[in-house]
Amino acid sequence: MSAALAIAIWIGWGMLAISFALGLARLVVGPHLPDRIVALDMLALTAICAALLFALVSGSSSYVDVALVMALISFLSTVAFARYVEWVAFRRARQADPPPLDHADD
Amino acid sequence: MIEVVTQLVLIVLVLAGSGFALIAAIGIWRLPDALMRMHASSKSGTLGGGLLFFAVAIGVGEFDVVVRALAGVAFLLFTTPIASHLIARATYLLGVPRDPSQVRDDLEGRYDLNARVCQAPADVVAGASSPVRGADSPSTGTGGGAA
Repeated sequence: MSAALAIAIWIGWGMLAISFALGLARLVVGPHLPDRIVALDMLALTAICAALLFALVSGSSSYVDVALVMALISFLSTVAFARYVEWVAFRRARQADPPPLDHADD
Repeated sequence: MIEVVTQLVLIVLVLAGSGFALIAAIGIWRLPDALMRMHASSKSGTLGGGLLFFAVAIGVGEFDVVVRALAGVAFLLFTTPIASHLIARATYLLGVPRDPSQVRDDLEGRYDLNARVCQAPADVVAGASSPVRGADSPSTGTGGGAA
């Protein structure tokens, strides 16, 4: 691996670290349930990117498997969370006095 | 010579992939409502992950890794639209407030959350006599002329 590629990979680590911090901040700040689901999806994708960068650094093929499995799990969890939010929306439609949106999942 | 070209391609792929992941995160942080955040993370996140999969395929270069990386790109391209569509649908059905810059809502008043059916517009359904749209929304200004 040449020095230029090593520098590029370090820059890539830095950018992934910044994007992880931003996604984590959105996960904490919210303000609503779908915002947090979107942030979680993006965090999983950042973790996939980190696993791929590590596969490139180490030259080992197992980290590609890690990335694939993380993509699978993040897709399934996103689908499950989205179905849950839909269920919350249907339940709110049936309620006479639904709770405020900030506490929609209470 | 081949090695230099390979390294250059790898550098471009790594920087572009991480950069698109960073753009997705900036969009998540900066954009004003949940639907726009979903849009930022799904599109440029897929592109960033796909570019990094290609970088691994070129950088490692063994046959099984290339096959796995291509399978990963295909998986991302297949699943991310489905996931983001589900998130967008759930966001809309939950009724999360949208940014004031979004002036038009074509689904407004058409989705019955209790019956869980979505009614098509009157000009699409032949012979439909009761247009739902516009019956109760004089305040939103969805006349269509603003676009």
